[in-house]
Amino acid sequence: MIEQDWVFGFVGGLMIGGAAALYLLVNGRIMGASGILGGLVDRSGWSTAAERLAFIAGLVLVPIAVVPFFTTVDTHITGNWAVIIVAGLLVGAGTRIAKGCTSGHGVCGISRFSLRGIVATVFYLLAGGIAMVTARHILGII
Amino acid sequence: MKRSLFAFLSGGLFGAGLTVSGMVDTTKVQGWLDVFGAWDPTLAFVLGGAILPMILAWRVAARRSTAVLGNALPAPVEPTIDRSLVIGSVMFGAGWGLAGLCPGPAMASLSFGGVGGVVFLVAMMGGMYAAPRLRQRIDQFATA
Repeated sequence: MIEQDWVFGFVGGLMIGGAAALYLLVNGRIMGASGILGGLVDRSGWSTAAERLAFIAGLVLVPIAVVPFFTTVDTHITGNWAVIIVAGLLVGAGTRIAKGCTSGHGVCGISRFSLRGIVATVFYLLAGGIAMVTARHILGII
Repeated sequence: MKRSLFAFLSGGLFGAGLTVSGMVDTTKVQGWLDVFGAWDPTLAFVLGGAILPMILAWRVAARRSTAVLGNALPAPVEPTIDRSLVIGSVMFGAGWGLAGLCPGPAMASLSFGGVGGVVFLVAMMGGMYAAPRLRQRIDQFATA
């Protein structure tokens, strides 16, 4: 039995991969969300700022047009501020130290059979599972 | 101008895909990571769906000398596993598991993610700002 969420997941996944293919073949860039934003934050990517800002503008604005087609769209993010801030700091620092996140190492790296992408994905999946299970089932904070 | 136009289109398709796939919903991400709870396999369909077009794209890229807009295609990456790749990925994974958001969805959900989403994005940018110095320390430690 195929659930509807899985179909939406797969179709949305094809769109994500299509976006990465477009950015690679037309702009010659790897579509990594943490790299595109991080290069603006730490100034290392200011020479390509216009391209980065245009990408982020599309990423932020287009979902506003898509959201009305869904009955409920909610991030369901936790209300625990300490967890949100600690998690945000870890995601920001970690992705830049590892030079990639789910899009750069995951989508773009695995698809070119990059060892670094595969190793990064294994470690962030394992750490994510351990953090999630510990916080929910042992500490009960999320 | 063309570069910015196609960057906007790519970012837009990425954002739409993240919304359609459900990856902007932290319960779907945490449901995937929660192997001891009500496990939700949606994320595997998303990652699988995203990798398929990119396998083709890398094959096309291998046959071309430049990208369509004329600049160089990304060079192959040395297959070296260094300490910062592992430490950074573990830090990222821990934060991703705690909040259920990674950098793409954190930006894509800005318009509807409420105050919590904005606070997450600001903290994430703070982490990005601190990262070059942290990375330098990790690299120094690794060679010492």
